[in-house]
Amino acid sequence: MKENNTLFFKKGAADGIAIAVGYMPVAITFGLIAGATGLSVVEAVLMSMIVFAGAAQYMALSMIALGSGALEIVLATFIVNLRHLLMSASIHERAEKGSKGARAVYAFGMTDEVFAVASAKPAPIRSFYIIGVGAVAYGSWVGFTGVGFYMGSFLPLILQESMAIALYALFIALLVPSIKKDGKMVIILAGMGGLFHSLFALFLSTGWSIMFATILAVMLYEGMERLLGVKGELKENENREEEEKASCQ
Amino acid sequence: MSMTVIWMIIAMGVVTYIPRLLPLVMLKTDNWPAWARRMLTRVPYAVLGALILPGILTVHDNIWFATVSGGAAVLLAYIGMPLIVVVGGAIGMLGIMQLLF
Repeated sequence: MKENNTLFFKKGAADGIAIAVGYMPVAITFGLIAGATGLSVVEAVLMSMIVFAGAAQYMALSMIALGSGALEIVLATFIVNLRHLLMSASIHERAEKGSKGARAVYAFGMTDEVFAVASAKPAPIRSFYIIGVGAVAYGSWVGFTGVGFYMGSFLPLILQESMAIALYALFIALLVPSIKKDGKMVIILAGMGGLFHSLFALFLSTGWSIMFATILAVMLYEGMERLLGVKGELKENENREEEEKASCQ
Repeated sequence: MSMTVIWMIIAMGVVTYIPRLLPLVMLKTDNWPAWARRMLTRVPYAVLGALILPGILTVHDNIWFATVSGGAAVLLAYIGMPLIVVVGGAIGMLGIMQLLF
């Protein structure tokens, strides 16, 4: 049994190398921007060690840069990472039962990428396989955060100034493949997110503005989809829509 | 090293860990309504949109610098370049524009 666990861990670790390579530039960039934002090396590496969530960590940096409060940043982190509920739930259905301890360990490493690699395996996915994937990904993330932090000071000034765009380029790089895959839906959601944030930012601080923009965009999209989706199918709904329109006028 | 930042990082870790842990140790999500699942999967797209706009426009005093650099990132990402190339390309473009104009 114990040998089996070692074997599955090794298999997972091997598959995790792909993620480790992918994380390298993202972690280096994070360390670099963290330094530019005014975080100490301990704070930057500690954030990668304790949080281990790329998008949330980048968001925290941009919010710190814009002077957001700690509570806003924590709440925004929570909202952004709520999506992992779905990933863990999906893994839960496909993984071996395993001990609660093992599940508690690999839950910590359930990033989008670890989830993607693990869930590509046929069920039942072994606990120690997921732990192996997560461990290698984690090592890369934490290690290269430190490397990135010290790389910053070696770069020429003009490049350091140009680094301000790195964060946004990364978000674009994360968004564009989804647009290619899911098209209009992603464009509309991202567009509404950006539009509402631009509006809310006029009278709210960044953290709350991003949160409300996100929630409103997702709810509006769901609403639009339902309105357009049920049209012509259910007479009752059509009538109700017309009534609502009439009452608005 | 500020204590506020340390506590913020710990709290960020806790709120990140909870959604990753809960379904694995207790939640049953099989019978969640479909709309709840849908809306949660869509959150990342809306967040990314909000993170890009309006922030990217304030990267440089000249709004066109950021627009062109952002455009370069979109183009590089669209043709399937790796993350580091997209990020490096946008940085390079902004650097070149600052040198030239």
